[in-house]
Amino acid sequence: MTPRRASGLLYAGVLAAGIGAPLAFPDYTFQLAMLWMMILFALTWDIVGGQMGYNSLGNIVFFGAGMYVCALTQIGLYYDIGEYTAAFGAIRVDFTMPQYLTGLALGLCAAAVAGVLIAIAFGRIVFGLRGPYFAIGTLGVALAAGELVGTWDWVGGGGGISLPVYPGEPQTRSLLLYALAFVTAAAVFAFLRWLYSTRFGLAINAIRDDEQKAEAMGLHTTRYKTAAWAISGFFLAITGGIFGNMTGFIEPLEVAFPTVTFGVFMVLMVLLGGKGTLWGPVIGATIFHVIKEVTWTYLLGWQWITLGALIIVNVIFFQQGILGWARERWPARFGIRVDEPAAAADEESARASVTVLPRQEAA
Amino acid sequence: MSAPVIEVRGVTKAFGGVVANREITLHVDEGRITALIGPNGSGKTTLFNSIAGYHPIDAGSIRFDGREISHLNVQRIARLGLMRTFQQTRIYGQLSCLDNMRISTPHRKATWRDMFARDNPAVKRRAEDLLAFVGLHAKRLLPAGSLSFGQQKLLEFAMALMNEPRVLMLDEPTAGINPTLINGLIDRLRRANRELGITLFVIEHNMRVIMNMAEHVYCLAHGELLAHGPPEHIRSDPRVLQAYLGAH
Repeated sequence: MTPRRASGLLYAGVLAAGIGAPLAFPDYTFQLAMLWMMILFALTWDIVGGQMGYNSLGNIVFFGAGMYVCALTQIGLYYDIGEYTAAFGAIRVDFTMPQYLTGLALGLCAAAVAGVLIAIAFGRIVFGLRGPYFAIGTLGVALAAGELVGTWDWVGGGGGISLPVYPGEPQTRSLLLYALAFVTAAAVFAFLRWLYSTRFGLAINAIRDDEQKAEAMGLHTTRYKTAAWAISGFFLAITGGIFGNMTGFIEPLEVAFPTVTFGVFMVLMVLLGGKGTLWGPVIGATIFHVIKEVTWTYLLGWQWITLGALIIVNVIFFQQGILGWARERWPARFGIRVDEPAAAADEESARASVTVLPRQEAA
Repeated sequence: MSAPVIEVRGVTKAFGGVVANREITLHVDEGRITALIGPNGSGKTTLFNSIAGYHPIDAGSIRFDGREISHLNVQRIARLGLMRTFQQTRIYGQLSCLDNMRISTPHRKATWRDMFARDNPAVKRRAEDLLAFVGLHAKRLLPAGSLSFGQQKLLEFAMALMNEPRVLMLDEPTAGINPTLINGLIDRLRRANRELGITLFVIEHNMRVIMNMAEHVYCLAHGELLAHGPPEHIRSDPRVLQAYLGAH
């Protein structure tokens, strides 16, 4: 089987599973949609964290901001936001189907735009930091964002917001949201597959390996960094918008800006699957999600300890992740090899030039 | 007679109380190979860093091709065509040699659209040709970080050539290289100068390399310009010998 055909089959298989799974297991639609959310977390984190080597602990800001912007757009299009949030769910607003769908579509668009704008502003503040300082700086911004939103009464403050209720069958609602999650994940994967094949992918890898060298070679490093961050923000904000609608109720600390759960999971899933690879985040997120769901079901009470153990084992014994390990084990399969016929020519050219200069010692 | 492409006038740079460069004036002629020598700590790398834009200078002026560059940052200067290599070799360790070359194309006219473009075949061909030029073609698919130190220096040099600079500043290109490879490197430096027309400005300790390559030599000591002239003169200049043998 040629590699081309093998990858074609793989993509067809994933596509079929993505479409077939919620139809075959309707009771698990929410869990399956969560799997695509996890894959989105991992894929978007890896753009800046893996491919560009800037370990961010603050990507959750885009997620939460996207969620709030989407929710506020959905409500604000047809109702006064201040009045809606002040009532804390005591008023019931019925949205018609066209209103609901328009609100959702526009909400996700607004979330994406907000994600990009926040990335540009956020980037200006934190891209002056390097290494561990960048990680801590972004973490600080993420924690502050959650607290700030919590004090802002117009958007519901710490009490949160209930999202518009879907005006139809609950089963259709979960299928609709599942489809959104799946299509977004597939689109992000396809986009990143293209992106990493362009000069952009090469440039952010160069920044990861040696940013000072990249500057010395004249790369527009700030431009690349901001763009990578904005791409991550764009997709993660959409992810947040979808997630808000999946839960139906959002509040700042646990749902929108959950730094210690999703904010850490996204890093962990990428480390598990392999940083800086296209498939690593997908594999890592899938395994992580399965482990998490199994331990939350069968090891309740011990689930956080199991998760902590997984983190420790991953970070101490398995830093390169699954794909990183595979690349070390079978380098030739990843195109890492010496070109034997060319080796002879190199020897030849090295020898040819040795005799060019006469030996002449300094006085 | 060729025109000066780099003109350094009265450049002073101090770090706290230590004056690393004091009123240095020198120039590098277009199309030639100029060397900068001096004992350890004499301020050679500081001068290179000032020219390449790593830190602001305290006084004086640095012109590249007639244009004042002392206020520009590293990337802007690199895009003008004034490139430097590092004393501690710097390459992109996890990228393959070929990818190291592909990303080193000139970024002078790079637009937002170019950022998301794919390479045209000419870039890849040129990358492979230059890798063959430094004898690394067979290793083009290996991660650059897995090469030996000497090979990394050759790769860094090839990357600099890929960038099509007008002037290439090399900070100790032969340091840490196996002596049999040094001849090959000198040969390639001279060919880059002669065949590609790249002006070279070289910091070097190895006098054999200087005598073989340079047409004009500047010698620094204690942050000041001690002497300059053709290599034969510098080699026999008593002040230079004294500085190197450590009379102070």
